[in-house]
Amino acid sequence: MDNLLSIVTFIPALGALILGVFLRGEDEAANRNAKWLALIATSATFLISLFILAQFDPADTGFQFVEEGDWLLGLKYKMGVDGISVLFVLLTTFIMPLCIAASWNIETRVKEYMIAFLVLETLMLGVFMALDLVLFYLFFEAGLIPMFLIIGIWGGKNRIYASFKFFLYTFIGSVLMLVAMVAMFQQAGTTDIPTLMNHEFGSESFAVLGIHVVGGVQTLMFLAFFASFAVKMPMWPVHTWLPDAHVQAPTAGSVVLAAILLKMGGYGFLRFSLPMFPVGSEVMAPLILWMSAIAIVYTSLVALVQEDMKKLIAYSSVAHMGYVTMGIFAANQQGIDGAIFQMLSHGFISGALFLCVGVIYDRMHTREIEAYGGLVNRMPAYALIFMLFTMANVGLPGTSGFVGEFLTLVGIFQVNTWVALVATSGVILSASYALWLYRRVVFGDLIKESLRTITDMSGRERAIFAPLVVMTLLLGVYPALVTDIIGPSVEALVSNYQTALAASGDAIQVAGH
Amino acid sequence: MIQADLTIIIPEIVIAVYAMVALVGAVYTGKDELAGVLTWVTAGLFVLTGFWIGTSGEGTNLAFGGMFVDDGFARFAKVLLLLSAAAVLMMSQGYMAARGILRFEYPLLIALAVVGMMMMVSAGDLMSLYMGLELQSLALYVVASIRRDSVKSTEAGLKYFVLGALSSGLLLYGASLTYGYAGTTLFAGIIQATGDEVSLGLLFGLVFMACGFAFKVSAVPFHMWTPDVYEGSPTPVTAFFATAPKVAAMALFARLLHDAFGSVVSDWQQILAFLSFLSMFLGAIGAIGQKNFKRLMAYSSIAHMGYALMGLASGTVFGVQAMLIYMAIYVTMNVGTFAFILSMEKDGQPVVSIDSLHLYSRREPGRALAMLILLFSLAGVPPLVGFFGKLYVLRAAVEGDLVWLAVAGVIASVIGAFYYLRIVYYMYFGEERDDQLDKGGSPVLYGFLMVSAAAMLIGVVNLFGIEAVAEAAAATLVN
Repeated sequence: MDNLLSIVTFIPALGALILGVFLRGEDEAANRNAKWLALIATSATFLISLFILAQFDPADTGFQFVEEGDWLLGLKYKMGVDGISVLFVLLTTFIMPLCIAASWNIETRVKEYMIAFLVLETLMLGVFMALDLVLFYLFFEAGLIPMFLIIGIWGGKNRIYASFKFFLYTFIGSVLMLVAMVAMFQQAGTTDIPTLMNHEFGSESFAVLGIHVVGGVQTLMFLAFFASFAVKMPMWPVHTWLPDAHVQAPTAGSVVLAAILLKMGGYGFLRFSLPMFPVGSEVMAPLILWMSAIAIVYTSLVALVQEDMKKLIAYSSVAHMGYVTMGIFAANQQGIDGAIFQMLSHGFISGALFLCVGVIYDRMHTREIEAYGGLVNRMPAYALIFMLFTMANVGLPGTSGFVGEFLTLVGIFQVNTWVALVATSGVILSASYALWLYRRVVFGDLIKESLRTITDMSGRERAIFAPLVVMTLLLGVYPALVTDIIGPSVEALVSNYQTALAASGDAIQVAGH
Repeated sequence: MIQADLTIIIPEIVIAVYAMVALVGAVYTGKDELAGVLTWVTAGLFVLTGFWIGTSGEGTNLAFGGMFVDDGFARFAKVLLLLSAAAVLMMSQGYMAARGILRFEYPLLIALAVVGMMMMVSAGDLMSLYMGLELQSLALYVVASIRRDSVKSTEAGLKYFVLGALSSGLLLYGASLTYGYAGTTLFAGIIQATGDEVSLGLLFGLVFMACGFAFKVSAVPFHMWTPDVYEGSPTPVTAFFATAPKVAAMALFARLLHDAFGSVVSDWQQILAFLSFLSMFLGAIGAIGQKNFKRLMAYSSIAHMGYALMGLASGTVFGVQAMLIYMAIYVTMNVGTFAFILSMEKDGQPVVSIDSLHLYSRREPGRALAMLILLFSLAGVPPLVGFFGKLYVLRAAVEGDLVWLAVAGVIASVIGAFYYLRIVYYMYFGEERDDQLDKGGSPVLYGFLMVSAAAMLIGVVNLFGIEAVAEAAAATLVN
């Protein structure tokens, strides 16, 4: 199988095509067929993607399963995975069947809904596999279209505002990255990502409009990419689109958004910013570390006062992404290992939390925390699962949430103790908002009249949560599953980064004084 | 000698003779009864001529002492404008016949305009440039007001005429200055006379001519006529304005700048960068408040001309190539979009307000999806072909050291995305309403809409090989 990656990427798109061309009608049977077909397509993708994992050689720090073909403008269609990206591919294929299964209650425009999700999966997989700048950009940006439609068509009351905000916010970040990419193409003469990783972009400081730019071209390019990834991540203070988008999106949309789309930002930092612009990264790192620390504390505080469950989890996502950016720009082995681990574990945990909200939303059609209370009396299984993921979100040892937070904190402590100090307080804050949410929703007496007839989780819902529970606990007790795969690639990334910095160290020193 | 010259311009002669013979013939026979047939025959002739030019032409041939140039660049532009004119004619027939405004003059005036445009893109001399331009413009003034009993249509024609005459005046003044200072009207002579340093008189000539062209391609600040003319003219005529004449004017602009003033790039680069910058932003911002689809498309085309000018502003071979590719993509998108606008009807009457599209996707999922693809392509969102157009011109701008313009361009494209998204919003997220558009519609329009949307999607593979052709075409121009 020479083109395993392309096969995995385009199976969902093929499913979407079949749905679009052959499935007719809007009746019960057509809707059921659409759901089953989407489920089969995503499950098949997951199963085939396991081959990638099976044949992946963690010791090899280069790109594997590489496919290459000519495209226009001297660009290449080039795909490949390394230790950093391979697990994101798996995360995507793992989450998508669960999303489809969680959408079984959708009744309006089922066919279009499934097509949108299948197309979205293809595009997300492409982002993690693309080894050509423009190909990456193409997948990265194209994902906006299905997500825009998912929020806008199947979203809640305020969906129009949320979908426009989502689209325009992310779009403006990305177009600046496009200009930087074109400039890179111009300077290096290629858009091949592995080649660009070894290309040294100029780092001599110069002045633009009277402003002294330390790190020169690299800093400018870094900032252009940063504009895109920071919005996508999202980092404080450009995170405001996320709570809106999360609240308005349908459950599966929120899951995809939290579990996969946010990870593209972190992945972008690791794939582009650190290896290609080491000097720019070094120059900007202190700022980003402090922004991350502020994000952790500030958004945790904001999460405390939310009245909407989805909004609360959305803010908690921003806080957790703060650990990720912090770990990445600590730029040492523990920090980056932790950042990747945190992203994967957040994919399972936040995905599961949004599904938890979805379970009771499907029954009561409200996400107001006020409307609930005492659910444990009627829904014991739900209470158990919700508790597990609440604890994982807090970062309780034994769950995957702990490992990610701990590693990033270890990483940052070696670089900047003060940032580490501020960020650690976020652990306590996350405990307060998460546990308080849990208490208000699940514990207490069941006094609300409307909740008296609520039913516990169905077999389908339990089946959706089962894999997530397994993954959260498994990674919590045996993190080496992940770190063994990402370790060598991260090590190579860190050592290249340090070498590049040492080589141009004099330039920064001179510029700094 | 004269025979060799005539062989080179056979395509132009064929269409011109056809237009005159058909005009006289129709006057003495069926008049408007023949209009439908004539429309299709003219479209067919365009397609045949397009194929003929596309497949047979070779090398660079000069006719009439260099006044007429037949090279790869001209052939590229000619094929593009012939095919788009044919597409618009085919789309017009049903629409105009249903409204009783299909006169036999219409296809023939379009044919004359097309001859003018073919002259324009082949011009190698200020004289032939002006002849082609005026032939095209005069025909277009008439078709703009072809709906004689409509006040708006007449107003559109008059506005177009008065402002068009003004711009022609500017152009002529520039041409005469250039002639005075260069001592020749031949492009090849002007470039020799300029040398490396442009004299003040020539510079004035250049600026005045650039103003005249800016008017023709509706670049800001010479764009004022565009929204009114687009709105007032019958929709098929608007579709025509938005496609072929833009290609011709843009190609002629490129030819004049490179063939006549190619040695002083830095003198005109800033003019074009300025025009491009203003057009992109005004096009993006002006369209936000529009409720009329045709006015919206007017601003959209202003913005798109800004991007095409960005390619030209780079002053390189690659810039010309980027401009040609951008124009080809732009024309394809506009043909599809106008096919959609033409098919918007309620109770048989044309509708142009975009809020009539409420939840259109519910009733016509296929058309709505095609339109969705076209709109995202117009906005320049990957993976659709419209994105590659932008990518080419951005690359050209960066290559020409105009990074600031590239940054401005992408920011304008985000602002512009808003109004394309607004149409998507009406089609997909809107609310259920009683007053809905008619279902179905002409199969011809449906075909053009679908083909153009499919092209936007499938073109991502290799842009249908247009890249190599445009590269060769650009290489013949810049030397």
